[in-house]
Order: sequence, then structure tokens, then C-alpha cells
Amino acid sequence: MREHPLWQMTLNRWRDFYRQPETIFWVFAFPLLLAIVLGIAFRNKGPETLRIAVEAGAGADSVAGMLAGSRDVRATLLPPAEAARQLKTGKVVLVVVPGDPLVYRYDSTRAESRVARLATDDALQRGLGRRDARAVEERKVTERGSRYIDFLIPGLLGLNLMGTGMWGVGFAIVQVRAKKLLKRLVASPMKRPHYLLSYMIVRLAQVPLEVAVLVGFAALAFDVPVRGSPVALLAVAVLGCLAFSGLGLLVASRAQTVEGVAGLMNVVMLPMWGLSGVFFSAANFPDVMQPLVRVLPLTALNDALRAIMIDGASITSQAGEVGIVTAWGAVSFALALRIFRWL
Amino acid sequence: MGQAVIRCSGLVKRYKDVVAVAGLDLEVHGGECFGLLGPNGAGKTTTVEMLEGLITPDAGEIEILGLRWAKHERELRRRLGVALQETKLDEKLSVQETVTLFRSLYGGGLPTGDVLDIVQLQEKRKAWVGKLSGGQQQRLAIACARGGQADVLILDEPTTGLDPQSRRQLWGVVAGFRATGGTIVLTTHYMEEAERLCDRIAVVDHGKVIASGTPRELIASLGAEHIVEFALENSPNPLDLAALAALPGVSAARVDADRYMLTVTEVHRAVPELMVELRRRGVALTDLRTHHATLEDLFLSLTGRRLRDA
Repeated sequence: MREHPLWQMTLNRWRDFYRQPETIFWVFAFPLLLAIVLGIAFRNKGPETLRIAVEAGAGADSVAGMLAGSRDVRATLLPPAEAARQLKTGKVVLVVVPGDPLVYRYDSTRAESRVARLATDDALQRGLGRRDARAVEERKVTERGSRYIDFLIPGLLGLNLMGTGMWGVGFAIVQVRAKKLLKRLVASPMKRPHYLLSYMIVRLAQVPLEVAVLVGFAALAFDVPVRGSPVALLAVAVLGCLAFSGLGLLVASRAQTVEGVAGLMNVVMLPMWGLSGVFFSAANFPDVMQPLVRVLPLTALNDALRAIMIDGASITSQAGEVGIVTAWGAVSFALALRIFRWL
Repeated sequence: MGQAVIRCSGLVKRYKDVVAVAGLDLEVHGGECFGLLGPNGAGKTTTVEMLEGLITPDAGEIEILGLRWAKHERELRRRLGVALQETKLDEKLSVQETVTLFRSLYGGGLPTGDVLDIVQLQEKRKAWVGKLSGGQQQRLAIACARGGQADVLILDEPTTGLDPQSRRQLWGVVAGFRATGGTIVLTTHYMEEAERLCDRIAVVDHGKVIASGTPRELIASLGAEHIVEFALENSPNPLDLAALAALPGVSAARVDADRYMLTVTEVHRAVPELMVELRRRGVALTDLRTHHATLEDLFLSLTGRRLRDA
């Protein structure tokens, strides 16, 4: 066993990996940093108080007085020109012009402005004597699993599997080829599939760790749940890792320089950073783009990871996504092995 | 002398607009150290990479250990130890890890520790490949080539760029392999290396073998054993080469960048005659030296160029 060339090559790949601290950073620390930064930036804040302006003039004081009790908006008395300027620059989201009728000046395409309009109108109408038709009781909840961080973590996991698969296999192989290390190996009785397999094995060995680090961190720091089966989650992650390793191999199969392969990988990966539902839902793209977006390997992988992790779906319910990921992997591998340049 | 272990005939390799190897024949016998001597660009590396099955010849036949690349690639790879011109190995692996890897690829052979003893890298076994000196890296390349039970070692410029001490250490390793019955093919552009290390030599220029034999035979083919080299004090009129060649004991005369070179059979007769001739012409010497004829002199007489700056 210890003498087996496949074992020796795999062992050496592993050593090569952990003897380069920078690769460890990209595989394990980078996704964590992304999760932390984005998790903090988009954390669920308490109910926000929106800033609005009341144009100074006749009746302004009484309007401001009626708004003083609102928990949703905070009103400032401003001269008309200043109020207009602040509205334009977004410092206030709505301007009230006192009088009869009351005038609300705001941008109706901004969600915050619309909220401010509702809250302002409610406060003023009440102040002017409107009564509720029926009593209301409020029960506030924050649902785990529906927050932005819950959406984000499975997407980051998919993104990381793509990055490590492409760089870990594609970039590494081209580096070896460019340094002419492959030539010496080709001149030995090495079985070529063993060589490529050693890259796969090392990638696969890293997947459980990658998943555990990111999902574990998200659970501890942000209370992100894993509702589906952890085994199913890992299985889909492994599949994603294999698919992107295959894609990495394909990208690396002819490239002679690291610059060349880096460019190719960016061409492959950059569109998926945006299109594949990592940071925001892929459903936001127009219908005409959906067939394209859906067939991308990262979209399928993210959808499957998200469904299992957050919605608690079973792996069988994700057969379509799993099929797409598998197909990408299989086709890339087959093609890469055909055109791979050994010398 | 053993039977032919490597036989190749009519090897041709063309690149876009250059003919790197232009019909080259070789026969290497079992148990010998065979040198391909020639200047840079002579086609030595292309030739050995064809022998190593890394380049496919455009024409010609190669047979090694009775096997052919087209049919017996795996067997040949197992029995052929190779050190490329600048063998690049993973810099982040240790010496020991590297040798162990190659042993596993070749499927056996000497234990790693023994191989490291042979190439004198035992002390460096835990050092990363990237931290080794040039000479140590070359010895490691040979250790990798010997990782299996190679019958034939092919070494491409194993000592290029090494200091004299590292070079001698490497010669020791090569001689050690030969002593165990192994066959070695090496390329070099150092004539001293070829003379010291090789049983037989093929002198290669412009992709062809222009002379071959033992170093002694090749030098003897010059028809003389010594070279007398001299330079003159500001002589306006060059000496007549034909007259120099006609001096007793001199078999040929040549001038190269103001230095005259006489190929001489008997130094004790030729030098006094030369002195008489120079005095008769009234020219003074600034330098006079004699040395045994070398492969460098052979190359010069065959091509009119020196090995190093050709």
C-alpha cells in the first residue's frame, strides 16, 4: 500500500498542498471571511427608523409634533430648498409639505420611501383624529432560515467548491506543466490516470473539511440551520467538487502558462459568480435568461445545497440539479482526458 | 564489450524551419558509458529525447534492449532511467519523499536509503528539493533515474553549470552505476568529461555523428598526439601555414584569432625547428605552449569551430 504509486502521488499532492500556506487560506479562510463580512453587512437589524423632512412654514410645527411619537420615522424641520436637496441625495426618504391637502414628496420606486409614506400618513391621520376600526395585536418573529445569511451560506459553499475545484486541479496542473515537472513524470513508467486521480483524491479529502468549517462556523456565529440530512449535503458537495475538478481539468488540459489558465478560469467562473445565485437569487434574472442560468453547474449545485440545507429537502427531490452537476462533471472529464497535453 | 543495448539508425527530427537531427546512427553496447559530445544546438538533446520516447522521430529506427517505443512503451519506461536536461522536481517535497515517489513509480529497485547513499544525499534527505544546490539537484535527478532497477541510464548534460567539485562527485556516481554493469548514455559539451568518463564517444554536429570511437582512437585519428600553440609579437605579415606544416614533425597548421596551432607528432623535433624558422623570419614569440591533443582539438579540426563557442 505505502509503495503504491497512486498512494505516493496522492500523499505528495497533499504535502504540496499543506506546505503552501496561501492555498490553505484560499480553501478554508477565504469563504469564512466572506461569510463574516457579508453576514455582518446584511445582518437583520432591528426595525429601522427612517429619516424624513417637514418643510418649514405655516403648520410645520404641528405636523412635526404629530410625527414626534412615531417609532418608524424621525422628522426634521427644514427649509424647502434644503429639504429638496436632502431628498435628492437620499439623506431623507420623504418630504412632508404641510397644508391642506398635505403633500408627500418621495420616490415611489424606493421601498424605504414607500414605508416612510405609510408610517407618516398613519401618524398624521391619527394625529388629525382618525380612529382604528378594529384593535390589532402584533406578534413579531424572526424566522431562522429566511434571513439573508441563511440564503448566503449554501451559496458560499457552492462558490467555494467551484473555486477550490478549479484552482486546486486546473491551476495546479498547469503550474506543474509550466515548470516542466510533468515531463520527468511522463518519462517514468507512471500510469497517467493515476496522476490525475491523485488530484481528485486530494480534492475529495478536503471536501468534508471545507463543508464542516463553513457550515459549522455559520451555525455557531449566525445560527444558520442544517435542516436536511448532513449526509445528503455532503454527498451533493462531493459531487460538486468532482464536477468542478473535471471542469478545472478541462480548462487545464491544453494551457501552457499559468497566466493563460488563470484567464481561462476567470472566463469560466466570473459569470457564475453573478448568475448562479450565490449572493442573490438567480430568480431575479429575466425569464429569457432563465434556461441559461438554470443549466450552469454552479446554479444547480447552489439550488441543491440550499434546498437540502435550508429547506430540509431530500436528495431525491433534487434529482434534476444533481443530474445537471453530474453531467457537467462527466462531460468535462471525458473531454479533458481526450485532449490533455502531457508534454 | 557487451552486445548492442541501444541501436538507432537514420534518426531525423525536423522542427518548423530547422532540422535538429539529420540522419543519426548510434550503437551503444551493454555495460559501457557512451558519450554524445557536441556544441550547444548540435541536436544532442533532441536525440536523447527521441531515445527516451519523449519525442517521436520523423524518420529512423530506435531499438533499446531489443524493444521499441511503439510496442513496448511501458516496459521501456520501466527499464530506462532518465535525467533530463535540468530535471525539474517538486520543490516542496523533500529529497527522501522524491526518491520514494520515483521508486514507487518504477516499482521497486534499491531501498531509498541505499539510493541516497550512492548519490551522497543521505545528509540532505529531509531537505526540500527547492533548497538544494545545482549539484545536489543533479545527483537527486540521477537518484530518481535509478529509483527503479534501470538497465540503462540516459543523462542529458548532467554536469552543465556545476562547479568542478560537484562535477567530480557526479562522475563518481556515473562510474559507480557503470561498475554495477549498467549502461549509460550521456550528452556533454565538456570534452574533458567525455574523455574521462566515456568508453566511447560520438561527436555530434548539425544533427549528425561526424566521428565516433574511443577517446584514444578519436584523438589518434588526428594523426598526432600533441598540439603546439603560439602567438607572435605584432607581426604585420602572417606566417605561411603551408611552410609551418612542412616543418619536420608537424602534420598540420592552423591559425585561429592570431593564435597558431600546429598538430605535432614529435614535440622534441618540431619545437626547435619552429624556433629556427621564427628567428629566420625575425619575429618574436609572446606565448608558446604545448599540450596533449584533446577532443577539443579533434572537433576543431573536423569543423573549424570550438566546442564551447560553436
